[in-house]
Amino acid sequence: MRPPLKASNIIPVITLLAVWQGLCSVGLIPSYKLPSPIQVARGFWDLLTLGMPPGHSLIYHILYSLWRVFVGYAAAMATAIPLGIAMGWSARLRNLVGPILEILRPIPPLAWIPIAILWFGIGIQSAAFIIFLGVFFPILLNTIDGVRSIDPVLIEAARTLNATDRDVFQKVLIPGAVPAIFTGMRIGVGIGWMTLVAAEFTGVRQGYGLGYMIMTARDIQRADEIVAGMLVIGLIGLSIDGALRFLERRLIRWR
Amino acid sequence: MSLDISHLSKIHEGDAEQSDIRIFSDITCRVETGRFLSIVGPSGCGKTTLLRIIAGLEPASGGQVLLDGEVVRGRDQRVGLVFQEYALFPWRTAIRNIEMGPEIAGVPPDERRAAAMQYIRAFDLNGFEHAYPKALSGGMKQRVAIARTLIMNPRVVLMDEPFGSLDSQTRNDLQNFLMTLWTRRKDTVLFVTHNVDEAVYLSDQIMVLSKKPTHILKIFDVSAPRPRDRTSRESNRVRKAILDLLAGPS
Repeated sequence: MRPPLKASNIIPVITLLAVWQGLCSVGLIPSYKLPSPIQVARGFWDLLTLGMPPGHSLIYHILYSLWRVFVGYAAAMATAIPLGIAMGWSARLRNLVGPILEILRPIPPLAWIPIAILWFGIGIQSAAFIIFLGVFFPILLNTIDGVRSIDPVLIEAARTLNATDRDVFQKVLIPGAVPAIFTGMRIGVGIGWMTLVAAEFTGVRQGYGLGYMIMTARDIQRADEIVAGMLVIGLIGLSIDGALRFLERRLIRWR
Repeated sequence: MSLDISHLSKIHEGDAEQSDIRIFSDITCRVETGRFLSIVGPSGCGKTTLLRIIAGLEPASGGQVLLDGEVVRGRDQRVGLVFQEYALFPWRTAIRNIEMGPEIAGVPPDERRAAAMQYIRAFDLNGFEHAYPKALSGGMKQRVAIARTLIMNPRVVLMDEPFGSLDSQTRNDLQNFLMTLWTRRKDTVLFVTHNVDEAVYLSDQIMVLSKKPTHILKIFDVSAPRPRDRTSRESNRVRKAILDLLAGPS
């Protein structure tokens, strides 16, 4: 578990920032390569107020990126969880679908970008599809594991209480697999978020997106805005993971 | 409701490399309505398999199970089973474990909650109804498991070493609890145990099984009145006879 925010956690961060600022101030690190923390803070402020490209504020970049992740993520959950439960339950389905998935799984989501652009053009569908691919497999594999790790005696206990197949699905397999599904969702959201930024490097039609934003900043040599954008991406990833952990603790108190 | 087991046998079928394994054969006995019959025998003799067949969880290789003289095929709603290691649903609280059967049967929420609450009270689980199984002691878990089975009002109750993993004091308490309960309800009970003392304390009849290949060595009647004295002369006599039989040359 992540330790709570306390002095001993903050001190190393402050030390790092101080050393970084010091090295920049004395001129050991050129600011066009790595801007100082103060410059990064100014870059962050510019991103918020002026936007990059100008007029395109950071807030909208964040919202567009979150929306793309959400669409891809929702699609992955809607398909991977039911398929995972079915595959966890039925050895026949596992043997049927498993080999196909094993061929597709090692292909990095980013390797799908060219074909995705061919299929969907540049836009939300392409980005969402790439996210979908990144998120789908962790959720699927964890769900299958979750179902298979349910003690068979629990299924038999349900049977002796006259459960039908449908009851077993709803009242044993799904609740029993929830912890593993959550693990998959947490791994998936991390991968999805990383994949998104890369997917946005290749272009976005609306002119919004965090990946697009930092690539634009690179085009005009704004290292401060690049680093500020990177930190924003990291912090959002951390927040999403934190939110999922919170949800996990609330929903799975029985563990 | 009476339970008949007629020439029941179980063989694990082998394959090219392994020959068939005979678990047990020709098990025949009758549990009269409202009687308590225990099965004792060495571990690995197929006691659990026998119960699972009667519960409809696995098929027999031969023979029949009859309820009130009618042949049962597969799972029958009138037969309830209490599992060896509680088998509680860990994601459900105590009361929702007990409610599982009525919930599956489509009993409305208020009604099933009220019914489960009666079991919570009668089974001395007050204050723990909303606890998850991980927070319950072994004795409480087993009471929840018994309640979960009995709320379905099965006509025949099968119990598979229900007290096997409890410490001896808790075990004695639960045996007394079970006896009080049974004296009131008079269910037809088939109780598997490897503990001879337990069988003598609880049962009207005790079926003693042999080592593999398993068959019935003998069926004892225990006629001592209840509540029983664990150390009475009658109890000791039956206990010795069973232990001698189990230790014997078979």
